Amino acid sequence: MTADRLVGRRTRRPPTLLIILGAIGLAVFVVPFAGLLARVPWSDLPALLAGDVVTDALRLSLVTSLAATLIAVVVGIPLAWIMARLEFPGRSLVRGFVTLPLVVPPVVGGAALLFALGRRGLVGEPLNQATGLLLPFSTWGVVVANTFVAMPFLVITVEGALRNLDERYEGAAASLGAGRWTVLRRVTLPMIGPSLVAGLVLTWARAFGEFGATITFAGNLQGRTQTLPLAVFVAMESDRDTAVALSLVMVVVSLAVLIALRERWWKAL
Amino acid sequence: MEGALRLGLEADFGLRRGDSFRIDLSLAIPPGTTVALLGPNGAGKSTAVAAFAGLLPIDSGKIGLAGITLDEPAADVLVPPEERRIGVVFQDYLLFPHMTVIENVAFGLRSRGVSRPDVMERARGWLERLDLTGLERRKPPQLSGGQAQRVALARALVIEPDLLLLDEPLSALDVTTRVELRRTLSRHLESFPGPRLVITHDPTEAFLLADEVHIIERGTVTQSGSPDEIRLRPRTPYAADLAGSNLLFGTATHGEVDVGSHLIHVAEHGVEGEVLLTIRPSAISLHRIQPEGSPRNAWQTTIAVMERLGERTRIRTGAPVPLTVEVTSEAMSALALGVGETVWLAIKATEIGVEAGSVDTLTG
Amino acid sequence: MRDVRLIVTTCVLGLVIACSGSSMGGELLVSAAASLTDAFAEVESAFEVQNPEVDVVLNLGSSSALREQILEGAPADVFASANISNMDQVAEAGELSGEAEIFVTNSLQIAVPTGNPADVTGLEDFAREELLIGLCTEDVPCGDFGRQALDNAGVTPSIDTNEPDVRALLTKIEAGELDAGITYVTDVLSTSGIVEGIEIPAEVNVVAEYPIATLAGAPNPDAAAAWVDFVLSDAGRAILISYGFTSP
Repeated sequence: MTADRLVGRRTRRPPTLLIILGAIGLAVFVVPFAGLLARVPWSDLPALLAGDVVTDALRLSLVTSLAATLIAVVVGIPLAWIMARLEFPGRSLVRGFVTLPLVVPPVVGGAALLFALGRRGLVGEPLNQATGLLLPFSTWGVVVANTFVAMPFLVITVEGALRNLDERYEGAAASLGAGRWTVLRRVTLPMIGPSLVAGLVLTWARAFGEFGATITFAGNLQGRTQTLPLAVFVAMESDRDTAVALSLVMVVVSLAVLIALRERWWKAL
Repeated sequence: MEGALRLGLEADFGLRRGDSFRIDLSLAIPPGTTVALLGPNGAGKSTAVAAFAGLLPIDSGKIGLAGITLDEPAADVLVPPEERRIGVVFQDYLLFPHMTVIENVAFGLRSRGVSRPDVMERARGWLERLDLTGLERRKPPQLSGGQAQRVALARALVIEPDLLLLDEPLSALDVTTRVELRRTLSRHLESFPGPRLVITHDPTEAFLLADEVHIIERGTVTQSGSPDEIRLRPRTPYAADLAGSNLLFGTATHGEVDVGSHLIHVAEHGVEGEVLLTIRPSAISLHRIQPEGSPRNAWQTTIAVMERLGERTRIRTGAPVPLTVEVTSEAMSALALGVGETVWLAIKATEIGVEAGSVDTLTG
Repeated sequence: MRDVRLIVTTCVLGLVIACSGSSMGGELLVSAAASLTDAFAEVESAFEVQNPEVDVVLNLGSSSALREQILEGAPADVFASANISNMDQVAEAGELSGEAEIFVTNSLQIAVPTGNPADVTGLEDFAREELLIGLCTEDVPCGDFGRQALDNAGVTPSIDTNEPDVRALLTKIEAGELDAGITYVTDVLSTSGIVEGIEIPAEVNVVAEYPIATLAGAPNPDAAAAWVDFVLSDAGRAILISYGFTSP
């Protein structure tokens, strides 16, 4: 009877089993966060949040995740365009490489980055000797690690969207006098807008939560490379309260971003 | 005439698509003239549109507009689409769905760097001329078919192109809207000073909008002429079909033409050898029993297809010679015959048009 | 009918096998500090030879992480920690069955990559900013002791990374990505020469005492006791010493 009141008179009540299973599904997501909230030391929270472990980690996380997203935009969108629009031998191989960071464990990714860009790395060694540039154990190293694991999201999303785009619109724009960059700027990108935004969000979120590749490649040092996930991991062993505070910060920031994306962007995910 | 032609479209080119398909097109459109490129689907019409618009390069020959060469492989000239001054109205219109009507219309000029206030003024002017005031802020999905077509037209005209190219401008519309818009379209075409090219598969569209019609079949132009010429003297079965006429090929000897399955008597005795016969559908009469009297040509056949079009009925007959016949629906009811039934048909020899020619010579 | 009987028989057999713990079989879960990785692997082989029905499962990690696991209720039979503090915390929570015993000691050593590219000679070099220096995180015994040693030597180190456990630190030194770090003597030895060790003077060095104990909630208390006995025996000790540990 209660269910009839929840649903309008005109709509048929969905099957009970469906509702139960759905509720369990929802619980999978809600319960862990409820557990986290229950553990928060509310009275100490302001002091904990003001502590420099938290502020340093938050600052680093935000800066590096945004930087990674920006890099993904600058080089990822052109790559997606090439993959979607050009025919060239080895295209599937390229796609394989782009998808690899999604499949490979992040720590393996971090190790690979170390072997390539570390001080004794394939590219890192000559680079270091020539310019003195060193990526591991630096904030830029965190950005590199984040970009490595997160960029595939943007490339794949944008490539898919470009493929589904009717190219005739671009032809129409050209016939009206639009040069290639104008077509890209005013027709192509706006038309894949929702997918682009979805891709950006996924990319940022992945970079924000990155742990394995960061700790393996960039190391762990407060203020320089200790992002929120790393800080939580370290704090878990010694200072539970700080760990919880850090986790809360991560959850709140992530939730804020996801909610800020109004529902219409979700359609494209 | 040559001077005027320089300002129009001059095209004489060949284009290969894939392994099997090739189009060869040669046409010249002086300013102030509307030419229709009429053909069935797969004839190469969209390829032609792409070639003119600059979306596909030609393989041989040349396309020139207003005295400027747009595409000439031999001279290594290929002007990209954004630099051609062609206004295209695409099939499906392709209005940018994320822009409002006014932004769509303004797009071409803005892309060419014209200042915003200037663009807006000109765009609004065209919207007014096409009866679209009040719709500026609407988005394409909110427009009716007729409105969308006019917006597409405005978008193409506002850039003041050298050539107006319309690809199946009315095919996306329902019948009533089509009739209405054909008149509007005709009016705007007339007022466009440059050359105009209409690509279509609809003969009515072609015949009503164009001054000159080029029929394209399987990549080549099989007939060109004024709408009347084509209607009266179609050169291919497709053209005849369009004109609603019957077309037969045969060999004439002393007024008797062997069309393969039958011998047809014609009044014209002077033409011998390979001939082309045209018979208007309304010149054929149908009878329940073998007719007596003058018709030199009478035979028994079956009714294969019957289509009632209001006061007239069109019938397609079977062997020995399939023909399209048109009679009044009243006469048809009087005959009380249906599909599959036997009927006698009769054609007076004087009603049959005879012309020398064969399939090859006529279609070139 | 035949199928039902088959299922019942299988179940009974299974139960019998599972309940045969009294003759000391089954799984033995040993939570041990990361620095015991190689040594305990050999102890495991030797132990399993002596006790073939026991399947030893080594759960290796930083002592602090292991402590947390135990306190949160993760199943384990034995806990071998790299410092007394972690073991004390477990004891205070009442998770030990009996007393913990120190079974080995370990001392710290400076670890450098092959060839010592940065020319490190002692703890003073840890203050050099141009070097890439790694330590373990503070709450890990290795990190705690390392900082103590540096403190003892009066050096303010320029640290570039705090690795979550000593093995991670060692890996990076091995790869040449770090110029120097502080690890245990046993860790340096475990790399069979790839990582070179530089002595830390006894006055400033810290001796890590490793306690071992059986846990109160041990699923397999008999095997747990046997393991601890073996580790404390001469045979066990010999193995540990061969890996660089010292007798307490």
